[in-house]
Amino acid sequence: MTAPRTAPSPAPPIRDPRYEQLDRTISLHQRDGHALIEVLHTAQRLFGYLPPEVLRHVAHALKRPLSQVYGVASFYHFFRLQPPGEHTFVLCLGTACYAKGAPRLQRAVERRCGAPFGQTTADGKVTLLTARCVGSCGVAPLALVDDTVACWLTEGRAGALLDGWLGTEVAP
Amino acid sequence: MTVEALRELAAEERARQAAFRRRVLCCTSSGCAACGGEATYRAFAAELERQGLAATTELVPTGCMGLCGRGPLVTVQPGDVLYQQVDPALATAIVTGHVAGGTPVAHAVVDTTVPFFASQVRIVNENSGRIDATRIEGYLAAGGYQALAKVLGGMEPGQVVEEVRASGLRGRGGAGYPTGLKWAITRKTAADQKYVVCNADEGDPGAFMDRGVLESDPHRVLEGMAIAGYAVGARQGYIYVRAEYPLAIERLRGAVRQAERLGLLGNRVLESEFSFRIDIRVGAGAFVCGEETALLRSIEGRRGRPQPRPPYPAEAGLFGKPTVINNVETFANIAPIINRGGAWFAGIGTPKSTGTKVFALTGQIRNNGLIEVPMGIPLRTIVFDIGGGTPEGTTFKAAQTGGPSGGCIPAEHLDLPVDYESLQAVGSIMGSGGLVVLDSTSSMVDIARYFMEFCMDESCGKCIPCRVGTVQLHGLLAKLARREATAADLALLEELCVMVKETSLCGLGQAAPNPVLSTLRFFRDEYLAALAPAGEG
Repeated sequence: MTAPRTAPSPAPPIRDPRYEQLDRTISLHQRDGHALIEVLHTAQRLFGYLPPEVLRHVAHALKRPLSQVYGVASFYHFFRLQPPGEHTFVLCLGTACYAKGAPRLQRAVERRCGAPFGQTTADGKVTLLTARCVGSCGVAPLALVDDTVACWLTEGRAGALLDGWLGTEVAP
Repeated sequence: MTVEALRELAAEERARQAAFRRRVLCCTSSGCAACGGEATYRAFAAELERQGLAATTELVPTGCMGLCGRGPLVTVQPGDVLYQQVDPALATAIVTGHVAGGTPVAHAVVDTTVPFFASQVRIVNENSGRIDATRIEGYLAAGGYQALAKVLGGMEPGQVVEEVRASGLRGRGGAGYPTGLKWAITRKTAADQKYVVCNADEGDPGAFMDRGVLESDPHRVLEGMAIAGYAVGARQGYIYVRAEYPLAIERLRGAVRQAERLGLLGNRVLESEFSFRIDIRVGAGAFVCGEETALLRSIEGRRGRPQPRPPYPAEAGLFGKPTVINNVETFANIAPIINRGGAWFAGIGTPKSTGTKVFALTGQIRNNGLIEVPMGIPLRTIVFDIGGGTPEGTTFKAAQTGGPSGGCIPAEHLDLPVDYESLQAVGSIMGSGGLVVLDSTSSMVDIARYFMEFCMDESCGKCIPCRVGTVQLHGLLAKLARREATAADLALLEELCVMVKETSLCGLGQAAPNPVLSTLRFFRDEYLAALAPAGEG
């Protein structure tokens, strides 16, 4: 996504109930600009990612320049500016996972999905992400598979899991 | 709530616990949950119900029991019998054999007399895995909030600071700044508003000590923060916790609500004149926010970019006001120091590094998990006695401490005492407590490249030495890994390391070259072997 350049405009008439929920969080923080990160967390939970119109809405509601809101949203890794795929596969690349074979898993998963980490497969089914360390190093190497930890992961198990999501057809 | 009512509540809870014939403590924190802990918990609940034992047996969801590599872990009381790898089938067997029949299921029992347990000294983790991590009553029964009561009941703020100073406690986030000194500066800086901030943005890969405390014993951190607030004159506290720890966030939020309900946080704490609120702020995945000035900017809702120090946060921190900012583990040490005295704490460890340190012991090692050891313990004891050494068929190569800011300690320094100064002397740092063991299968050039990639990605981009330097360093290390580097590249690598270290703005950049410098120091032969064959490259 490129940075939206327009100035914050008054929020359009919105009937989407997710905006109402977002506004409740904003009111809870008394429209305080210091709560920007908290508000973005809520927005991402509601929308799955942070599309431009949501950033515009937040900027307007918190009376912050859109540039600042976009600056914060793009600074932090946790905030997504692109819609995620149906499933997410987050491979941990912490030191313990790395020492126990995560790079090998990484290559195998990329081969199976035909997409590099950081992107979504062409069919929109799987988003591949890496994590810096989820802190469950006792069960390394691991991945977060739709938010559930898959521990002591092997290439075989990762492959079987992805087969289930992608169908058995091998990616080009 | 008054102090007397608090003691009564604790006594009631102890009586309630004592009335059960048996107690089944089931780890439900992240480590065990990752390998099926929740299913195990549900299996116990169902089986206790089915066998009609639910009324006489208490099933307790606890935090970490330490041996995370062998989870899910379960302890049966009385007798503190520890079980490993408890799946639902084993849970059923334990209910039938041990809970109902009184005979432990021998094959799954962990011998707790082995060095992994016997060599540990637990202060920070004294309650971990032993109390209900979801109810305040569990903490109260274990003597919780008594330190806060003691402080409010008759200690001057200055006395509290003095007690912490006397303990010799140093910051457990890694840098080791004396906590008492930090508090004293904030205390004497005049301001209409001051803040206490808990750094729970545990970002080093391979580190999960703070998550252990937050998930296992969250009230201990709240109590430490409230005591800090009283000591320095702050009425507001913030905990900045990373978004990657959803369970820690949930338990912290629950703990704050419980403490508010009992009048242990909020207005007029324990009916004294002291008021203290704690709010939780969830991070958003930026490693640099572990740096204190960047963290404070993030709480203010801004990009987490560091600022030059001085001024230090103790004088001008959050919203420009004097701010005490300490790590989770530092706050977790406060209540015991107040209860048992600074002199008691100073008697543990070494004269300059007092108390204990929690380590997350991971990597190529047999016993994975969270351990707490007295400062000054030899590294060899941690790796070989507690950790059980490297897996069969491999040999120890190095212990990596301090994450991307630290270094690799080779076998020749295994007898080094683990304290702030000794680790620094060999080019590593204490760090927050990640201790990753590397064996003969690891390439040190690759490990150095790995950490540089991390720092390159996480550099906030504010200062040029870090933003550009880490990219160049990573390029050189990748060239080495591809066996395309020349001797001139190696010389440039060393020169650039020194430049980035000396000229970066904050700790991230200043420490980024450490993994390279320490591996160059102890494993130079691997770098030389990685150079391009003569005449090429």
